[in-house]
Amino acid sequence: MIYRFLDGLGHYFRFLGEVFHKPEHGREYLKSFFREIELLGFSSIALVAFISVFMGAVLTIQTAINLDDPFVPDSYIAIAVREGIVLEFAPTIVSLILAGKVGSNIASTLGTMRVTEQMDALRVMGINPASYLVLPKLFACLLFNPILIVFSMALGLVGGYYAGDLLNLVNTEVFLSGYFIEFNPFYIVYSLTKATVFAFIIATVSAYFGYNVEGGAVEVGKASTKSVVAMSFTIILFNYILTDLLLQ
Amino acid sequence: MIQVRGIHKSFGEQHVLRGIDVDFHEGQCNLIIGLSGSGKTVFLKSVLGLHALDQGTISFDGRVLGEMGKKEVKALRQEMGMVFQGSALFNSLTIAENVRLPLDFFASMTEAEKDERVRFCLERVRIEPDSFSKTPAELSGGMQKRVAIARAIVLNPKYLFCDEPNSGLDPETAIVIDQLIHEITHEFGMTTVINTHDMNSVLEIGDHVILMENGIKAWEGTMEEVLDSDDSAVVDYVFRSNLFKKLRAALKKA
Repeated sequence: MIYRFLDGLGHYFRFLGEVFHKPEHGREYLKSFFREIELLGFSSIALVAFISVFMGAVLTIQTAINLDDPFVPDSYIAIAVREGIVLEFAPTIVSLILAGKVGSNIASTLGTMRVTEQMDALRVMGINPASYLVLPKLFACLLFNPILIVFSMALGLVGGYYAGDLLNLVNTEVFLSGYFIEFNPFYIVYSLTKATVFAFIIATVSAYFGYNVEGGAVEVGKASTKSVVAMSFTIILFNYILTDLLLQ
Repeated sequence: MIQVRGIHKSFGEQHVLRGIDVDFHEGQCNLIIGLSGSGKTVFLKSVLGLHALDQGTISFDGRVLGEMGKKEVKALRQEMGMVFQGSALFNSLTIAENVRLPLDFFASMTEAEKDERVRFCLERVRIEPDSFSKTPAELSGGMQKRVAIARAIVLNPKYLFCDEPNSGLDPETAIVIDQLIHEITHEFGMTTVINTHDMNSVLEIGDHVILMENGIKAWEGTMEEVLDSDDSAVVDYVFRSNLFKKLRAALKKA
């Protein structure tokens, strides 16, 4: 099992070597990059918005119920909600959701291209398929995922505020002021660093599984599932490592 | 001309190609026939350089594939066109964009010249302009094959490779595709290598026919020689169906 893991890791790094070949036709890569932004980035906005608003609302409700004490001001509830969203929910949970949506899309797209010989077609033309197909997806994720995370933070805080207001759980003025109390701007840097690392993991791990599919439609499906499992493990592991490195 | 000398290729324990020598001449449709699993596709992909050889050489007009640097291989690839079994068109691109892709990467042309070249190639394979902006999924199998041929010839290649271009097509469309490949080969003086199971193709366009069996070349000749041959490998493969048995008997009688 350890041998298989190390063997897979070696193949993954060799694959990255192919991906990071210098693009010879930058314009074509740029065209592909804009297509990927639309496909992988814009199409995720609605999902991220929906989840963020409701997760923010749930966080406020749970925190308000658990801190239901006259000696604990509502601003403390807001601080707890803010830190939960900024530090963990937006960068990690949203990245896990994007791993499922964007990652499986990348793995199945590349897997289908592999089994239908589209990658061979590129190689026969003299185009490096790893670089041409993966690099634009990687840069689209690196650019757009942090934007989605910031968007998720904002909507999570909005959802939290409105849940407190609509359910009459908090004094809204005090709660809102709590969002701005003792805010550490480094937390945004920490969160965006995580988002960027997770975006790299999502794009490259899913691409690795899709790129190396052998067989037919069933194997494409299996590769997509395997990639989501591998991405989830890797994201959780790196979440721990980055938290230890950046917040200690 | 493509010269293949003593090529061997194994995948693990499986020895797929077992020493094949063959020449593919310019301006000819070279057909490779044989049962499924005889090594035709591995052979074609080895000639294309998609599989690294274990042994042997492949040379393109004197240029040995295994001895070339990366730049030379890349230049050689621009002299090759390939029509894949499943067409291998890019689903995210339109028909015109599919054909244009090699030009965008490799041609030193203005945008107008590229548009003109794409139009010429698509019209040459009888694709109507109103289909140019469609995606591959909106086309029939025969039209997809024709677009794949247009993409393969857009850089005006010296070598054209086709892997079972007729698979999945009705007999009438299959003949249209065969004729098209034959016309293009002679019109542009290309060296064309075609993998096929289709005996109609052999009799329609087989300028040079190679029969493969268990990773070796079992027989080679022209389409006329196929009909006359008493070679057991040819008889077993070609005259297996009742139709061809009757055709052969009739020819012998005549």
